[in-house]
Formats: sequence, C-alpha cells, structure tokens
Amino acid sequence: MLETAVITELENLAGKENVLTSKVDLVSYSYDATADMPKQTPDVVVLPTSVEMVQDIVHLARRQRIAIYPRGAGTNLSGGTVPLKKGIVLSFQKMNKIIEIDPANLTAVAQPGVVIAALNAAVSPFGLMYPPDPGTVATATMGGSAAENSGGLRGLKYGVTKNYIMGMEVVLANGEKVRFGGKTVKNVTAYDFSNLFVGSEGTLGIITELTAKLIPAPKFRRTMTGAFTSLVDAGNAVAGIIAAQVIPATLEIMDRMTIRTVEDFAHIGLPVDAEALLLIEVDGMAEEVVRAEAEATMRVVRDNNGDLKTAATDQERDQLWTARRNALPALASLNNTVVLEDATVPRSRITDMLVACQAIGKKYNLTLGTFGHAGDGNLHPTILCDSRDADEISRMHKAVDEIFKTALQFGGTLSGEHGIGMAKMKYLGDELGQSGLALMRSIKEALDPDFILNPGKMVPLREN
Amino acid sequence: MAAQTIRPKQRVEKTYHDDLAIVREELDKCMKCGNCMAVCPVYGAEWTESAVARSKIAVAEAVLAGELALDDPQVYGMLFNCLVCKSCMSNCPTKVNFDRIMLALRAALVRKNGMPWLKKMIFSTLKHPALFDTGMRFGAALQGLAFKSEEGGRSILPRAPLVRMGEAIGFDGARRLPALSTIPLRNRTDEVVRVEGAVMKVAFFTGDSLNYFYPETGRDIIEVLTANRIEVHIPKRQNCCGVPVLVHGDVETARDLARKNIDIFEATGCEYLITGCGSCGGAWQHDYPDLLAADPVYGAKARHWAGRTYDISTFLTRILTLRAPRGRIERIVTYHDSCHLKKSMKVVTEPRQILRSIPGLIFKEMAAPDACCGSGGSYVLTHFETAGIIGRKKAEDIERTQADTVATGCPACMMQLLDTVRRAGGRQQVTHFISLLAESYRREKSDPQSGR
Repeated sequence: MLETAVITELENLAGKENVLTSKVDLVSYSYDATADMPKQTPDVVVLPTSVEMVQDIVHLARRQRIAIYPRGAGTNLSGGTVPLKKGIVLSFQKMNKIIEIDPANLTAVAQPGVVIAALNAAVSPFGLMYPPDPGTVATATMGGSAAENSGGLRGLKYGVTKNYIMGMEVVLANGEKVRFGGKTVKNVTAYDFSNLFVGSEGTLGIITELTAKLIPAPKFRRTMTGAFTSLVDAGNAVAGIIAAQVIPATLEIMDRMTIRTVEDFAHIGLPVDAEALLLIEVDGMAEEVVRAEAEATMRVVRDNNGDLKTAATDQERDQLWTARRNALPALASLNNTVVLEDATVPRSRITDMLVACQAIGKKYNLTLGTFGHAGDGNLHPTILCDSRDADEISRMHKAVDEIFKTALQFGGTLSGEHGIGMAKMKYLGDELGQSGLALMRSIKEALDPDFILNPGKMVPLREN
Repeated sequence: MAAQTIRPKQRVEKTYHDDLAIVREELDKCMKCGNCMAVCPVYGAEWTESAVARSKIAVAEAVLAGELALDDPQVYGMLFNCLVCKSCMSNCPTKVNFDRIMLALRAALVRKNGMPWLKKMIFSTLKHPALFDTGMRFGAALQGLAFKSEEGGRSILPRAPLVRMGEAIGFDGARRLPALSTIPLRNRTDEVVRVEGAVMKVAFFTGDSLNYFYPETGRDIIEVLTANRIEVHIPKRQNCCGVPVLVHGDVETARDLARKNIDIFEATGCEYLITGCGSCGGAWQHDYPDLLAADPVYGAKARHWAGRTYDISTFLTRILTLRAPRGRIERIVTYHDSCHLKKSMKVVTEPRQILRSIPGLIFKEMAAPDACCGSGGSYVLTHFETAGIIGRKKAEDIERTQADTVATGCPACMMQLLDTVRRAGGRQQVTHFISLLAESYRREKSDPQSGR
C-alpha cells in the first residue's frame, strides 16, 4: 500500500479526477486480455493528460521507488499490463488526441491513447491508411500496440507496427523527455531509437507521442477461400502462391478442429471434412494487377486440389471472412480458459508446425485448435481448458512448453505478435541464449536501473 | 473433443434473478478481450476501465470469490453506472449475456439490502396500476404549475420547485421533457378497435411511455394497424412491462407484472402481441421467459408469447405485407436505432424499410445510428452528466445528416433525443417512425393526389 501522502501528491500532480483509488477501480486495472495469468490490483490508477504530468509522476515514482505500469486499453495477450508489483497503473485512455494528419508527408502524429481504428477513421477521408491491424483494432491504442509491436492479419504484405512508427516522444525512467525520429522517410541519425522502444513493452520508457507512417489505401481487392482435404496440399498452396510471386494482404489458415468448431458455433456452411481452410485476399492500387494476382492465386489453389470459393461482392467477402473472424470466439466458447499462443515459424515450415500442434494436443489430451497467419508463419495454437481442473491446467502448461520448443526447433520464434510480457519470459533463454539475456539485462539496467517501469515483464527482476 | 460443458447445468428451480452463482456460466465466457470497450457508451464518455462490461465482470467475479462486498457503495455504484443498453453484447465475440449478469447482480443486491427507500416508493406505485395511473394523471394536471410550456405545449421545462428537486438527483433545470398527457392513451381509445373486413386481430401492449407520454404515437400505431385491416385490442388493465423495476433488482414485482400481463393478453384471444417500444417488446421476448423459466404454469406461457411478440415494424413488414403509403411527406429523415429495439429485439431494417416506402421522404443514415442516445431509462436521472456527453455525440451525428426529422422506435429514446437535440442547438423534430407512416396514410385521404 502506498502512503496517503503519495496519493495526495499524485492528486496534486494529475488532478483529483485523474487519480483512481476505489476498490472497484483497482480491480478494473488488475487484468488484461491474457488467460492463465496472475491478477494483481495496483495501489493507484493515474490517467495523465499531458507529457508534463507523466514526467512529474515518474519523478515521484522514482524518488519513492514505486512501480509504474503503463497501460493503453489492456488488450494485450502476454500479461504485459498486469501490475505485478502493485504501484501505479499509468493509463493513457485520456491522452487520446490525434495531433496532426499530414497527407503531404503521409504521416500522422498521435497521443498514445488514440485507438487504432480511430486513427484509421480519421485518415481514410484522405485515401490513406495505417496498416497494422491486430484483432483488437477497435479498442487497442497506438501507444499500447507500439509498446507491444502488434501484428495482425495484414502482416505478410504490409508488415507490423514497427514498420510504421517513424518517431516518438518517450519519458524515460529518470523523468527526462526525449524525442527522436520524425516525418522524414530517411533518418539514420543516431541509434534507431524507435525500433528500441517499439516492442519494449513499457519496460524501457513511457511512450507519450507517436509519429506514424501512413500509406495510400489499396483501391481494389479480391477475396477467396480454399478448402483442402490434406494439410500438405494446403501448405503447398501457401508456398505456391508465394512462388507465383503474389504477396497477398491476407493469407490465413484454419485447421480441422477450428473449422468444425466454427461451423458448430456460427453455422455458415463450412466444409467440415476439410483438413485446412485458407482465406486469401489480394489487394492493390491497380485493378489489372489485382485481377492478375487473384487469377494466379486461384490457379495455385486449384492445382493443389483446393475447393475454391470467391467473393464477387462486399457481402460475399464478408461471408468468407466470417469463418476467420469466428475462429477465436468459437474456440473460446468451448471452455472457460483460452490459451492463445503465437509461436511463429518460417513460412516453409507451416505444415510441419500445424501437424506438430495437432500431435501435441493429442499427446496431452487437450482441446487444441490452430488457426493463424499462414502467409507469415505466425500461428495461433489455441488450447481450451477448465481453470478449475488442476490436472488439465498442468497438461496445458506442458503442451505450451512443447509448442514453443517445436517452434524453435523449426527455426522459428516464441512470439510473432503478442510479445513476451509475463507469459513467455521463462522461454527467452531458449531462443536468445545466455548472452542474449545478458544483453537484454544491460539495456534494461542502463535505461531503468531501479526497475520501476513495468517490473516483472520481459527482463526478470533481480533476485535480492 | 473435450467436454464442452463446464459443469452440469443446474436444474432450473431458480433463475439467475434468484441466485448470483447461476451467472457464473456467463462470467466464465468472458475472455477480457476488451471488445466491449469499442461500443460501450459509458466508456466513450468517461474513458475509465470501470465503465466497461469486462471490468464489471471482473468485479462480479471478485464478489463471487468473496473479495468484494456487493453492498459496498463503491461496488453497487459501479454496477449501476451502466445503461443496460446491451451494446457490449452485440460486439461480444463469446456472446456473454451481460444483461443477465447485470440483472443478477442488481437482484442479489436487493435481496441482501432491500430496495432503497426512494426506489421502494416509486416502484410500489407501479405494482398498483390504478394508483400509478392516478399519480401520472395528477402529475399531468399539475404540470402547468410545475413546468412552463414551450413549443406550443409539445415540450416542457421544469419550473423552479421541480428544478431544485431534480438537481438533488443530478438533473439540471434545462431538461426538456415531453408534456404529460392529460388523457392517457388507454383512456382515449376503445378496448377493441374494429375494422371492416379485418384480416387478423392483434393485441397492442402500449407500455407506460406510450400510454402516458406519447399517446399520439400509440394512436398512430392503432391507426396504421387498422389501415392495414387489423383489429386492435388494447386491454385497459394492462400493466407496466416491468423493465424499470427489473433493472433495479426488484425481481418479484417484475415477475408479478409479467404474470398479470400474460393473463390479460391471453384473455384477448389474439394471435400476436404488438409493441411500439424496444424495452417493452424486449421484456416480452426475453425477460418474461427468463424471469418465469422456473414457473410451472407461466414459464410455458411466457415462451409462447415471446414468439408471438412483434415490434410494429416487423409485424407490418414480415407478418403482413405493408400497404404501401401514398401520402407525400416532404421531409429529410434520419433514424436512430433504439438499443433495446436493435440489440434486444433485433429490429434493424424494418423501420428503415417503412420510412423509405413513404413518398417524398428522403432518408439519410447518420453515423453510428445504433450508438446509444444516453437515456437508459432512469440512467439519465442518476447519471446526468455522462448521459449528457453520450447524448451530445448523438445530437452531433444527427445534425451532420442535415435531416429535419429524427425518427426512432422507442419512446424513452424520443424523450432523450428531444432533450439532447435541443441542448445541442438542433431543430430536428423527434418522432416515432410509425407516426410518419400514419401521417402519410392520413394525407392520402385528405389529398388523394398527393402521392401520384
């Protein structure tokens, strides 16, 4: 518990209306969207409205050695915002202004609390878009998704958050404010700080402003699905599309378990005998090019024994997307705990990874469905279990261990887009080795020697 | 596939209204994904997590785990900071029935502490229709003293004594309210309105708002039905639907009202029950079957009527083929989706279809037509500031359409829109969509050439 004097000082710094201490408010900031994580209530929630306020709060927290947990909308999937060591949750929900849209330079400047979809709504009248589209675009914030380096369904063609953050304003653990990057396409001045803070999960500094890169929104698109009776055919189709030199905006896969669950859940007429379903969307600025890409893709799907469906209208497109949109909700409806992983492998190992995930599910007698971004190798093996069944939870933990081990064996990585947070910290050494862990620790200690920023995440706390 | 059921379903001797533990199944469905944040009107006004459904679910879990007390003022204060608009439910990937959680929590609170005296006082009158009726009519007779008239008696501003009373419960003096009618709808119409060559007879559940505040709208519903050759039964003794007491946790009164209403409508011998209010229709379609699920007699009756309840728009377009209106209405109209009409009764396209069928009428969709207007029944009374912020957004969206009329399908929304539109400086007329159809039918009589 913080002393009353500290709360009073926070109220003086941030205004009484921006400091929350009621029991229900503390419970409301004790979780994020990650399943099977410890919950913890903070001592206080502060909602700053300016960078100066953030600096003042950091100064106070540093003096008093109080943990600060920066938070956007709390939709991350790695336990990134749970206030493990209590202290202050610094919520950016009220710093939600779009400061500038600059169509000439294709940039937008936003406060960290701006919701991704709100930014896209604001830039779309200019014919522009901000491509990163994690599943929670309608709620997730720019600050949160930058801190987590979120991906999404368009990653294959358009990249992820780190490809779109050109500059930042960050408050460091010593309370100093630093600005770097900006509107220039080219910028090699000093270290690439943007790429250090993007994905740092709030452990190195607090993002208070972002300059985002925008691109012209594609004018044409073609959508199709392919159902396959063998995983190998589906994997070959993915490889074939890339080999045909088509980079689809979206290239998604669902396994048999997911297909059946979605069909039970949404009754949309999916082929329940299929082993895999691909959802493919190609887009671009020129109709001719998009048509040629769509035709090439269709050929590949057919050549690999895929049962092809195409969308001629927006409504039909929506129907094709329904299956993918329902994948997680449908799986989630099977039980009370949804463990959603994002182990990622090189694209060429997608089929191997799907097969391995199914085998792991069987081995540990778990309900496991896999769907995800086949085009970029980022899969979401999803395990459904009962939080009140200790045995099942223990089998689930073993299965998760094995999924990560397998992904690394295939030359992949622990996390494609959800981040490390608390959830995957213990596996870091397996990917980075001791020298990699030491490098992380040096960076953390250089920037946040007192471990006040999001402590307990990404870099283990010092034992003392 | 692993077992899908988490634990054996409890035999329905009680419903979630009677036992908080029964909603655990709903709580378990929540992944805390936060999709509710995108649509929660309270969150959109307050920007704090405690406004949003997933945090209320987290608090409910803490209550069930014994970590928080339900009768802690912070806890129930938070629980009541919800419009029960069901917007979160329409955006929930795992289909959490959040309304059930909210009702169960409020009912549990009332079981534990009893109704606060103020609510007890208000709702005890609802149990006795005659007394409530007298109260409302008394209010109508006195409104000349308490309110000053504006816009030719179509809306009123509270006068000084009521302003002060209103301020005490979070109201300000500038609120526009519809004038209370001196003669309620059910007193100005026959119990059975017959029509020559009737093809069907239906029962009209007026609800209190159409009966007391908008009797002209109620009359328009009857007119439109008869114009479509439908005999209309309007039982005089029908009661409040019960939603206002249910949302405050008074389950037994709500059950009592439900049973009485079922008896009264059963006696009409009609095949369909028609509503002109999303909350009333939602009560018949969802709340009655839920409330009476364990009732050996009324359970089945409630389910029967649930399947027979239609909003006036769906009845006209799905059960009947709407007689095309020919009277010209030269207006630019936008449509506000009432939360309970859209999210509870799933009525979306039909009112628009009716509006578009009216000659001369130009229909313009507003941005976010299904965003809540901020009324939430009594929410606007208890959380005036937040409701005001929510209402202002709605008024701005309406203004941007350049419509001269905003139509909706719910009297509670009409009251709130009347207030917020004027507050934002808008001049749009607020009306029930059915009144535009009724007006078109009337015009074809007075000016047979108008639609040609």
